[in-house]
Amino acid sequence: MKILVTAKRVIDYNVKIRVKADQSGVETANVKMAINPFDEIAIEEAVRLKEKGIATEVIVVSMGTDAVQETLRTALALGADRAIQVQTEQELQPLAVAKLLSALVAQEMPRLVIMGKQAIDDDCNQTGQMLAGLLQWPQGTFASQLVIEGERLQVTREIDGGLATIALKLPAVITTDLRLNQPRYASLPNIMKAKQKPLAIITPAQLGVDIAPAWATLKVTSPLTRKIGVKLNSAEELVAKLNDLGVLP
Amino acid sequence: MILVIAEHDNKHLKPATLNVITAASKFNEDISLLVAGSNCEKVAVQCAQIEGVAKVILADAPCYEHQLPENLSALIVGLANSYHYILAPATTFGKNFLPRAAALLNMAPITDVLEIIAKDIFVRPIYAGNALATIQLTAAIKLLTIRPTAFAAAHTLQASAPIEKCALVENTELSTFIKEELTQSVRPELSAAKIVVSGGRGMQSAENFKHLEELADCLGAAVGASRAAVDAGFVPNDYQVGQTGKIVAPQLYIAIGISGAIQHLAGMKDSKTIVAINKDPDAPIFQIADYGLVGDLFEIIPALITALTKLKQ
Ligand SMILES: Cc1cc2nc3c(=O)[nH]c(=O)nc-3n(C[C@H](O)[C@H](O)[C@H](O)COP(=O)(O)OP(=O)(O)OC[C@H]3O[C@@H](n4cnc5c(N)ncnc54)[C@H](O)[C@@H]3O)c2cc1C
Ligand SMILES: Nc1ncnc2c1ncn2[C@@H]1O[C@H](COP(=O)(O)O)[C@@H](O)[C@H]1O
Repeated sequence: MKILVTAKRVIDYNVKIRVKADQSGVETANVKMAINPFDEIAIEEAVRLKEKGIATEVIVVSMGTDAVQETLRTALALGADRAIQVQTEQELQPLAVAKLLSALVAQEMPRLVIMGKQAIDDDCNQTGQMLAGLLQWPQGTFASQLVIEGERLQVTREIDGGLATIALKLPAVITTDLRLNQPRYASLPNIMKAKQKPLAIITPAQLGVDIAPAWATLKVTSPLTRKIGVKLNSAEELVAKLNDLGVLP
Repeated sequence: MILVIAEHDNKHLKPATLNVITAASKFNEDISLLVAGSNCEKVAVQCAQIEGVAKVILADAPCYEHQLPENLSALIVGLANSYHYILAPATTFGKNFLPRAAALLNMAPITDVLEIIAKDIFVRPIYAGNALATIQLTAAIKLLTIRPTAFAAAHTLQASAPIEKCALVENTELSTFIKEELTQSVRPELSAAKIVVSGGRGMQSAENFKHLEELADCLGAAVGASRAAVDAGFVPNDYQVGQTGKIVAPQLYIAIGISGAIQHLAGMKDSKTIVAINKDPDAPIFQIADYGLVGDLFEIIPALITALTKLKQ
């Protein structure tokens, strides 16, 4: 079984982002970039399925400028077999990404697509669900456990009330939650080997997909900051303050 | 015309739906509320009493029992043509099916709407809420998930809106429900609680969380946690507050043994009053706390319980 995984290049989760003064967006120049953490989990899961002999090939896709090739090399070092860059300089919104992936699925015919539940830059949490819809495939979102038995996939999902378990018919789309696995680090030999692995480049036009954005960002602003608080000396003092505020039951 | 999708468990309406109705009312169009489930007429009756709801649509069929996204989005596509807006709460329920329905309609959905500026202009958080994007959406049908904490809850009325039965049965048979393990708690629900007490890695163990729960019970509070506490297995996953967990905005949020990573702050920084308890005076959580106590949580929690008990007497 072939597995397709996705890897978005995002600002590293440790970076404190800065909104540009002209409100046109977030400062990305000279900022540390990384693979979206949920996508790292997706890659790890696919690689483990390969190590278990369930998957035969893991293909990783990233979309964007040539900078995403670095992201793809990281994914290859983590164990993906080959990479595809969907090359564009244009802004990509989730519906366009889902359509591009849908076109790639038609070419590559994977039985399983594993994606992150959310990109930590746009925080949309949409693309996997949209891809599943476009393909008319079942979806297992926010997955914390996957069990594959033949043509049936059992998925445990993290939901607001606890956990839900569903069964899906393959082919299917999965999106990962934080506790699905603990991604490995790429070893030095694997980083070297990744340089030799195939990386193909394709454009949205070649895939026949219109990537025109559906929304325009009018401005990006900083949220209101809270005023600096005070440090208190004891539990009694805190309880008295909260009582004065009227927030205690 | 606006279609709101109700979140419920076939018996009770989930409170987040009330916040979505308030958001929907900003558009000044008729609001229909869809209740899709199985043997869920009771929910439809509750929905009919919400202020601002013009009509309840009841889709009652076994294939909707667990609101599987494949069936639910097929149902929504069947109804979509009469509507300009389709809204759902930005919960794991809403986020699961709404983007799928949008893709089937070839529309781009918007996640986590915080503010409705105009009929096509919305504000939503990006980068864990460290930036706010104001966006203009051109889609003919606007599918939005609404962040419940950003809108007040709609009131319920004595009068009741008509309930219309919908005969559409969309059973895709793509997925099946196996089981649900829901965290049982006598405490208020995390995302709707007035007071939340959260613990982090500093709590050290599941056993120690019992002290924190005792404090929560003194306050009638819900219990939350950081990702680190959930990953370590101290508490279940549904306790996680943050960018990728639950968003809360209670009157009072008490963070205990939590450092204050941006991913955690994203889930609680809109709380009215924030209290931080941490032994590290430089922990980032103190930068957003209204009140801070520097010290060992294992001493401070019992002292707080004592002080609160004294106050009550
Ligand atoms: C993709 C992604 C998504 C994430 N999503 C979330 C999310 O939704 N929610 C979330 O919370 N995190 C999330 N995180 C994790 C986040 O980055 C932090 O790692 C996490 O919030 C840290 O949890 P913590 O504060 O409990 O632990 P730590 O950072 O280890 O802090 C523990 C604190 O406890 C204090 N402490 C220890 N012992 C005591 C004591 N005896 N008395 C008093 N204080 C004590 C320490 O001083 C320290 O400040 C995410 C991370 C990633 C990469
Ligand atoms: N440009 C991209 N390249 C590769 N994968 C992407 C891209 N954009 C989104 N994705 C995938 O879609 C997931 C969800 O993204 P989003 O819906 O934007 O939160 C991410 O975790 C990625 O797996």
